[in-house]
Amino acid sequence: MTSVTPDSFSAPPDIVALGPVAWAKKNLFSDWFNSLLTIVLVLIFGWGIFRLGFWALTTAQWQVIPNNFGLFMTGTYPARLYPRIWALLAIVCGLAGLSWGVLGRNISTLFSRNVLIGLGVVCAFIVLFPPTRPSSLKLLPMVALVAGAAAGGRQLGRRFPGIGSLLSLAWFLSYFVALWLIGGGLGLTRVSTNDWGGLVLTLFTAVSGIVLCFPLGLLLALGRRSALPVVRWLSTIYIELVRGVPLVALLFMGQVMIPLFLPLGSRPDRILRAIIALALFSAAYLAENVRAGLQAVPRGQNEAAASLGLNTPTTLGLIVLPQALKIAIPAIVGQFISLFQDTTLLSIVGLAELLGIGRSILANPTYLGRYAEVYLFLAVIYWLFCYAMSLASRKLEEKLNTDH
Amino acid sequence: MAHDSGGRSFDLKAMLRDERFWKIAFQVITLIVVIALLSFFLGNLNRNLLQQGRAFSFNFLRNPAGFSIGESLIRYRPNDPYWRALMVGLGNTITLVAGGIALTTLLGTVAGIASFSKNWLVHKLSRLYVGLVRNIPLLLQLFFWYFAIYGTLPRPVDQISVLGIAFLNNRGVYIPWAGSAVLALLGIAATIGAAIAALYLWQWRTKIRIETGVGGKAQSIALAVLGVVWLGIVVLGMNWTIPSGLEAGGVTGGLRLSREYVAALTALVFYTSAFVAEIVRAGIQSVSKGQWEAARSLGLHAGIVMRLVVFPQALRVIIPPMNSEYMNLTKNTSLAFAIAFPEMYSIATTTYNQTGRPVEVFVVLMATYLILCLLITLVMNQLNRTVQFKER
Repeated sequence: MTSVTPDSFSAPPDIVALGPVAWAKKNLFSDWFNSLLTIVLVLIFGWGIFRLGFWALTTAQWQVIPNNFGLFMTGTYPARLYPRIWALLAIVCGLAGLSWGVLGRNISTLFSRNVLIGLGVVCAFIVLFPPTRPSSLKLLPMVALVAGAAAGGRQLGRRFPGIGSLLSLAWFLSYFVALWLIGGGLGLTRVSTNDWGGLVLTLFTAVSGIVLCFPLGLLLALGRRSALPVVRWLSTIYIELVRGVPLVALLFMGQVMIPLFLPLGSRPDRILRAIIALALFSAAYLAENVRAGLQAVPRGQNEAAASLGLNTPTTLGLIVLPQALKIAIPAIVGQFISLFQDTTLLSIVGLAELLGIGRSILANPTYLGRYAEVYLFLAVIYWLFCYAMSLASRKLEEKLNTDH
Repeated sequence: MAHDSGGRSFDLKAMLRDERFWKIAFQVITLIVVIALLSFFLGNLNRNLLQQGRAFSFNFLRNPAGFSIGESLIRYRPNDPYWRALMVGLGNTITLVAGGIALTTLLGTVAGIASFSKNWLVHKLSRLYVGLVRNIPLLLQLFFWYFAIYGTLPRPVDQISVLGIAFLNNRGVYIPWAGSAVLALLGIAATIGAAIAALYLWQWRTKIRIETGVGGKAQSIALAVLGVVWLGIVVLGMNWTIPSGLEAGGVTGGLRLSREYVAALTALVFYTSAFVAEIVRAGIQSVSKGQWEAARSLGLHAGIVMRLVVFPQALRVIIPPMNSEYMNLTKNTSLAFAIAFPEMYSIATTTYNQTGRPVEVFVVLMATYLILCLLITLVMNQLNRTVQFKER
C-alpha cells in the first residue's frame, strides 16, 4: 500500500473518459508496487475463484438445497397448512409494496430502469433457479403483488398524503395477524411452536425481538441520561451488566432460569423465552446507540423548549427524541441487523431456526458432508436480508436528512 | 407559592405543580417498582431452588468434576475439582482472545487502510470483504470454517506440509514453537516488554530531536541494542522445536493448534476485522484534508504521510471504538462452544449440566466475562491517554 490517499481527498474526477488501457494504467499499474500488488492479487483470487467455480460446478452436490427447500423455509411446519404461510407472505408483500409506493410517491418514475431490471432479475432467478421450482409459480404472483401494490400505493399516497400513519398501524397489526396465521387458534388449527422453524421462525423471532427491544432500549437510554440519580444508576447497572455477558450465556440461562424466576408451575414457551432473552440483551446495546443520539442533540434545543414552557415529557417526546432518533438511525439499524444475525444462536439452545434447520439437515446421513453447500446457501439468505436492511437504513437517512 | 406562610402549610395543588416534588416522587416510584419486581423474582427463585433442594451456594465448586477436557494450558485430570476445570476453560478463552485481538488488529488495520488504496483492485477487495463478512452471522461463519474448510483438509496420512516446517491436516495445524511452556511465556513477555521499551525510547528520541534539533544518538543506540537483545532471546533462547511429519501420518514436535481452536480463531478474526476495518476507515477519514495536503507539500511520499502524519492523528478516533470491538470479540469467543472448543462457556455449561446449578454457574460466568472486559478497557484507556492530543 504505497499510494494511500483517502478517496474523498483526491481531486474532483476527470471529465475526460479514460479508455480501458489508460484506466488500467491509472488504477492498476500506476507504479511498480501497484503493478506487483495487482498481479499477485489477480493470481491469488483468480486461482481461488477458479477453484470455487470448479467446485460449484463439478464436485458440489446442490441437490441438498431443493430437496429440503420446504424445511429451510418453514421447518417441520405441517405441509397441509402451507397456504397459511403463503397468505402471510402475500400480506407482507402487499404491505411492503404499498409502503414502497407511498414513500416513493414524489419520485417521478417509480419503476425506473434500475427497478425494472431488479424485478426482472428476481423473476428470472425464481424461474431458473432450481431450489424454488416447486413453488416458483406461487412466487411470481408475489412479485406481481409487490409491483401492483406499489403502483396502487403511489396513487393512494398522492390522493391521501396522511396515509403513512395508517400504514404503520397496518404493519403493527400484521404482526398479530402473522402470529395468528403461524400459530393458529381463533378458528384455525393450532400449530405447536415445536413445529415452527426455518426462515419463518428466524424472521418471527427477529421481528419480535426488534419490536420488544426498541421501547425498552429507549427507556434505558432516557434513564441513563436522566438527571434523577436513582433512575440513572439503575439504568447504568442494567446496561453494563447485560453488555458484559455473552449473548449465548444469556440465551442458555434464559432457557433455564426464566422458569426459576417465575412462580412455581408457570413455564413460558421455549420460543418466548428465547425472544425475551434476545430482547433484554439487544435493549442494552440499543440504549447505548440511542444515548449517543441523545448526546448529539444540542443543549439549546432543550433550553428553547423549556423557554416555550414545555415540560420534561413533552420536550423529550416532541423536540429531543425525534432529533436523537434521526441521528441514531444508522446505529439503530446496525443493532437490528446484529439482532437478526444473533437469532442464529437460537440453534444452540435447540430451536430449529434457519441455521438450526441447516444443522439438522446436515445430521441426516443422506446429506453427509454437504456442509459447504448448505452453509453457502444460508449465507446468501442472511446476506440478502442484512444487506436489504442496511440499504433501507441508508435510504431512510437520506429521506430524513434536513441539512441543506 | 401563592399562599402565605400563616395559612395552610401544605398545598396539594401547588405540590403537584412543583417539579421538585415530581423528581423525588418519580425516583421513589421507580425504586419501589424495581424493588417489588426484584423481590418477586428473587423470592420465586429462592422458593424454586429450595423446592429442588439446592440452596444457593458455591460449595459444589470443590467437588470433583469427573469430565475430561480435550485441551488445556494447565495440568488437569478428570478428578480435579470444578473450579480447576473452570480455570482450564478460562485459560482456553484467554488464548483465543489474545490470538484474536493480535490478528484482528493486524488484519483490520490493513483492510481499513486498503480501502484508501489508489489501486482499484485493492480498494474493491477491501470493500467487498467488509460488505460480505459483516452481513453474515458469525455462528454461520464459524460452522463454515470448521466443517467446510478445516473439516475438508486431508487426513494425517496425506497432510499438507508448508515448506516442511508447518503441517496442516484435519486434526489441526502444527507450527514451530518454543521448547517448553515457560520458555514460550518468557518469549511472549520479552516481546511485549521490548515493544513497550522501544516505544518509550522512540518517543524520548523524537522529543529530544524536536527540542534541540540534534542529539538523540544515545537513544538510537539503545534501540539497536534492545533489538539485538530481543532477537537473541527469541532466536537462541527459546529452544525452538520444529514439527516434523511422520511416515505413517501425523506430526511430532512443534505446537499443535487443534482444528477447533484454529477454526474459532479464523472465524473470529475475519468477522471482527471487518468491523475494525470500518473503524480504521472512519478514523482516517476524520483527519482533516489540510493535514494531508500540508504533509504532501513538504514533499513527503504518500506512504510516509499515512504513517507519520495521518495515522497517528486517526488513532485518537480509532481507539475508543476498538475497545468495544475487542470486548465483542471476547464475548464472541463463547460461540466456539458450538464447535466443541473447551472454552469458559463450554466448561460452564458442562458444569451446569452435571450439578444442576444454573444460578451459581451464571454468576461465575458473568463475573469472568465482566472482569475480562474490564481488563481490556483498562489497557485501552491507558493507550487512549497516550494518543490523545496534548494541548499546551
